[in-house]
Amino acid sequence: MTSGTLASHGTEGARLTQSRAISRRRFLVGSAGAAGLALGAPALRGVPVVWAQKLKDVTLRQVGTGVSNINEIAQKAKEDLGITLAMTALDSDAVVQRTVTQPKSYDIADIEYWMAKKVVPTGVLQPMDTTRIKLFDKMVPIFITGKLTPSSPVAQGTAPHTVEFVEGAESVKFSRTPTKWATMIPTIYNADTLGIRPDVIKRKIESWTELLNPEFKGKASILNIPSIGIMDAAMVCEAAGKVKYVDKGNMTKAEIDKTIAAMIDAKKAGQFRAFWKTFDESVNLMSSGEVVIQSMWSPAVTAVRAKGIPCYYAPLKEGYRAWAGGLGIAKHLTGLQKDAAYEYINWYLSGWVGAFLNRQGYYSAVLDTARQQMDPAEWDYWMEGKPAAKDIVDPFGKKIESKGAVRDGGSFYDRMGRVSCWNSVMDEDRYMVAKWNEFIAA
Amino acid sequence: MSPPARGASALLGSGAAYGQIAPLVAVFAGFLVFPLAVIGVASVWDYENYRLVPTFVLRNYAELFSSGVTYVTYLHTFTLAFLTWGATLLLGFTVAYFLAFHVRSTLWRTVLFLLCTIPFWTSNVIRMISWIPFLGRHGIVNSALLAVGAIHQPLEFLLYSDFAVVLAFVHLSTLFMVVPIFNSMMRIDRSVIEAAVDAGASSWRVIAEVIVPLSKPGIAIGSIFVISLVMGDFVTVRLMGGGKSAAVGLMLANSISLLQYPQAAAGAVVLLGVVLAVVTGILRMVDIRKEL
Repeated sequence: MTSGTLASHGTEGARLTQSRAISRRRFLVGSAGAAGLALGAPALRGVPVVWAQKLKDVTLRQVGTGVSNINEIAQKAKEDLGITLAMTALDSDAVVQRTVTQPKSYDIADIEYWMAKKVVPTGVLQPMDTTRIKLFDKMVPIFITGKLTPSSPVAQGTAPHTVEFVEGAESVKFSRTPTKWATMIPTIYNADTLGIRPDVIKRKIESWTELLNPEFKGKASILNIPSIGIMDAAMVCEAAGKVKYVDKGNMTKAEIDKTIAAMIDAKKAGQFRAFWKTFDESVNLMSSGEVVIQSMWSPAVTAVRAKGIPCYYAPLKEGYRAWAGGLGIAKHLTGLQKDAAYEYINWYLSGWVGAFLNRQGYYSAVLDTARQQMDPAEWDYWMEGKPAAKDIVDPFGKKIESKGAVRDGGSFYDRMGRVSCWNSVMDEDRYMVAKWNEFIAA
Repeated sequence: MSPPARGASALLGSGAAYGQIAPLVAVFAGFLVFPLAVIGVASVWDYENYRLVPTFVLRNYAELFSSGVTYVTYLHTFTLAFLTWGATLLLGFTVAYFLAFHVRSTLWRTVLFLLCTIPFWTSNVIRMISWIPFLGRHGIVNSALLAVGAIHQPLEFLLYSDFAVVLAFVHLSTLFMVVPIFNSMMRIDRSVIEAAVDAGASSWRVIAEVIVPLSKPGIAIGSIFVISLVMGDFVTVRLMGGGKSAAVGLMLANSISLLQYPQAAAGAVVLLGVVLAVVTGILRMVDIRKEL
């Protein structure tokens, strides 16, 4: 065990710097601290002591959506690595705007894969060397091949594996097959569906078409972030047979026209109570009873339930709309800061954060390490879809489910295996956004 | 004084006057003229995939004027502005009239005037958001009306509707109407009113023929405040309209969030032109310099 740890320090040191002499010295100092590491500090695994001390002076500025820009993660990173993380949380559109237009204002971009399709070609991120990511081969295959299991189909939309790799260290051109150079390292993903109030809707909701069911006139909502909202709209239109798509994730102008026309009809008929743009807006709409069926994100469902209000994340027969996010490194990072960024990302995959994210209902990119940090009852509830063997507590210590509860939609494979479409950026993006704005203004 | 001496003092006087306005000119040049110039320049630039292309194209304007959404949005914004203006004018005039002519003691006038400003002690957004639990489907108004049996179904139009938007606007901007009208009214020579009463005018006639005409500069200033506030707003429309209502300001905010800066700039230039036209119209009807 100890020698294994030492060996990994050695290779780590060699990777971190070109200079053999320094690597040798770090190896020696690393050995001195190794006993301590092996005994009591599993989180410092792979971080040589000298390096760890230097990391104390490093501040990494991370910009991203509220989803994973969580203070607890920054605190834990400070404890384990010594790196100070300054996190900025913005809404999706603002994140894209910030990463593209102010590339010097952040070091780490915590962005979603559909954003990567817009951000990466602008060259503000540097391709990442996957050989420096220790657990890269343990990654869930969705990110590498697009298939959860060898037999599963590749979903439509901007599937993460299509924007995961670029052709070379200096390239901004996406590679369809895996290369050594990653655009970003996946960290988080989930399958989204409709949230409902089961206490008001007293029957089963099994199809996306229910969003436009006149039964819920004036009590429905859809999210107003064009790239995501259009996908929910497409799921609804396709399920209702109103529009036939060749690829929902990359619609033709005619398909966009038909989808938006259907949504405008519904809006004019008074179907929608409101549109939401931020997480908390969706929580408030649902918990205040203004809305009983709407597009929703998994933790928002949890947040409504935490207020004591029933909310169900309905698995639908047409499948889920999925999204995924990862960490990318800004172009301007070099030297110690760049090494710190790699350290941070390696740490991110090493288990603690994964468990933290899984306990919120998201999924971690490397499952094995997260599992080690969760107790079996938690793992069974969140990942296996089994009834909770004990009360389920969220990572902030709040009880969210009682013993015996079953996760909506079931196990990891039940949920992620039924993804119909990923959030996407289309070739006709500009046209789509213009039409989407017509829908909002109609 | 001899003619040459008068000339010198006039020269000195004008030099000092230029010196006195220089700071103001500098502030306006730096913080108004320059940014507007930048917006004007950006509005003829092109853009693609988040990259600004510094050229001269009229594409942004062409897109703006050729899109039906623009006209629908302007019509809707004008409707909101008009409704808000009407409501704030009625309220503002009434409140100012009460303060100026019914409250006799200066102390009480000051106290009541301060009362009017209380809503301004907290932020815009807070004032707006506090309407939401009040007006919602299960909000205080609906619960109360249901409880007394006045209605059997919750009133849906109260929240996330144009009604809610206008209500919030009125709440946010009535004071901007009260203050200038009150100011105009306080300047009305009381003997004019006495003369009208002595000549046998009823109190309604005094209001219609004396007070309203003499308050016009205040009404004009208040109207300019309210109309320009509503025309440029995007937060109120988004929050109170439930995100499904359109407004010119919201359209600009959308373009900005999608990084379509040139398009937003073109929209801003057009909006500026429209608001200036409205303000010019008001100023043509009323000489507000009487007030100054």
